Amino acid sequence: MRILGLTCDDAGDMSEMPNAGNAPYPRLGRPVEGRLVAGVAQGAAAQLRLDPVVLRLAFVLLTIVNGVGVVAYAALWMFTPSLPHTGRRPTRDWGEAAAYGAIGLALAAFTMLTGASTGGFGTWAIAAIGIGALVLWQQADTARRQRWMSGAVRQVRRTWVRTGFGLLLVVVGATGFLAASGELAEARQGLVFTGVVVGGIAVIAAPWITVLVKELQNERRERIRQEERAEVAAHVHDSVLHTLTLIQRSAHDPREVLRLARSQERELRNWLYQPKADADATVAAAVRRAAAEIEDEHGVPIEIVCVGDCDLEPGLNALVQAARQAMVNATKYSGAPVVSVYAEVEPDEVTVFVRDRGKGFDLDAVPPDRMGIRESIIGRMERNGGSARVRTAPGEGTEVMLTMKREGP
Amino acid sequence: MTTKVLIVDDHRLFRSGVRAELGPEIEVVGEAEDVDSAVAAIAELQPDVVLLDVHMPGGGGQEVLRRVLGQGSQVRFLALSVSDAAEDVIGVIRGGARGYVTKTISGRELTDAIVRVAEGDAVFSPRLAGFVLDAFASTEAPPIDPELDSLTQREREVLRLIARGYAYKEIAKELFISVKTVETHVSSVLRKLQLSNRHELSRWATARRLV
Repeated sequence: MRILGLTCDDAGDMSEMPNAGNAPYPRLGRPVEGRLVAGVAQGAAAQLRLDPVVLRLAFVLLTIVNGVGVVAYAALWMFTPSLPHTGRRPTRDWGEAAAYGAIGLALAAFTMLTGASTGGFGTWAIAAIGIGALVLWQQADTARRQRWMSGAVRQVRRTWVRTGFGLLLVVVGATGFLAASGELAEARQGLVFTGVVVGGIAVIAAPWITVLVKELQNERRERIRQEERAEVAAHVHDSVLHTLTLIQRSAHDPREVLRLARSQERELRNWLYQPKADADATVAAAVRRAAAEIEDEHGVPIEIVCVGDCDLEPGLNALVQAARQAMVNATKYSGAPVVSVYAEVEPDEVTVFVRDRGKGFDLDAVPPDRMGIRESIIGRMERNGGSARVRTAPGEGTEVMLTMKREGP
Repeated sequence: MTTKVLIVDDHRLFRSGVRAELGPEIEVVGEAEDVDSAVAAIAELQPDVVLLDVHMPGGGGQEVLRRVLGQGSQVRFLALSVSDAAEDVIGVIRGGARGYVTKTISGRELTDAIVRVAEGDAVFSPRLAGFVLDAFASTEAPPIDPELDSLTQREREVLRLIARGYAYKEIAKELFISVKTVETHVSSVLRKLQLSNRHELSRWATARRLV
């Protein structure tokens, strides 16, 4: 018997549900979270598998048409138990509550003017519009609804939609008011007069306004340019000039000069050419950062080339760590003037090469207690499901190749 | 036979630095410091190779390429820049330069690169190789011209080795091919880079920077 009804009787029935034991469907209750008044609409909506917005609008609409909405709400409030809620009670979204209030008031004003509240022609119009809107809303799937909502929030469209909607409401309201009070005919003359005056002023002021707008735009552009210049100046001052001073001061130490110049060059390059990526977020950024730190520490330039990029998954983190160790080895022991690093991200795997043209070594002659290659590079890669290959010979330089499968697309 | 070179760069210090570093097989016939003087000097001195800076007053290296190659000149350009920006690198290559090296290159390597360009081959720095691999991998659009719009497996291998820091001789040893074959592959990649429209490479480079 009680399936979809929302009358007071049904509400009474539903309140008896807890006694039914194994209920065929979850019992009606009033959730605390997300409630606007007492959670009645939300609870009922959950029961009927509807959007709470629909029921809230229904209550508002019913209240306007003959006041039954308030009664129904109060009755449901009384007969439905509040659902248990642990933790702090969340605050209500008063903005949304106010919005429903505003809708109610606006509709009430409209119905009063058109006589819809007493069963006039206006009732049907409101009903038709309300039902139409609900049908549209319900037909759309969740994704589309979200798109509607997010679309409405988009900056430019939001302003235009809001302005247009507001304007429409004002015009409709004013016309409705005049029509209801029977003064539309008299007002027409005044309106024409006002229109002519406003139009005249617009024609006179238009050139002046255009110039003003253009000046404003120019001024804004100039200001943006100045801000940019100030930012560049600040950056150059903080980093480049500072480093140049340091270089002059440590002119006696070529190694330090090289280190300073190199680290400043890298910083400036990053600032100019690299996308502002979070160093912890992607493979390319992490490899670059590791190389930068080692370069600073050991004073040997590391040339990096990255092809493609992807997010830093746990396995790839190990890859970056192993590459880091390989770079440390190359800068510390090889004696090469420069180290090349090449990282390539492919759809299913990531490969990093660390190469130097230094003195190389005999891989079999490495004592077992030397942890650098065996543990930090090969062991680390194998533990994480990747592989490492070291190619070297005395006098031939060293190349470490690290490969790691990617977890997913 | 020495190779005649014109150095085009707006930094005097840099020009004299390059002049001092180049090997004996290079003869520097002149210098220019902006687009107009570069165009005039190329017409007058007829160098074999022009060492071209990317950023210069009056339109930069691309403007020089446009004006000189537009007149049907056969002079060869090697771009030399401190820039890391993909649109600069791809831009001068698309404009007709036969190679791109960064200013951190050693004097010996630069000398080799100039000789190579003078002989009609292409010169790719590791960074340029990386950009090219990126550009030819990053779009899924179907090729309009299959010959121009994709790299062969072998070309890809050669580019990867360049990106890893291998010299041509080392690449040849690694792939068991001759240095001449490596040069052929690189020249073929250069041709594709200059002629392919599929990837709209310069636009790719610009878009990439904004990402």
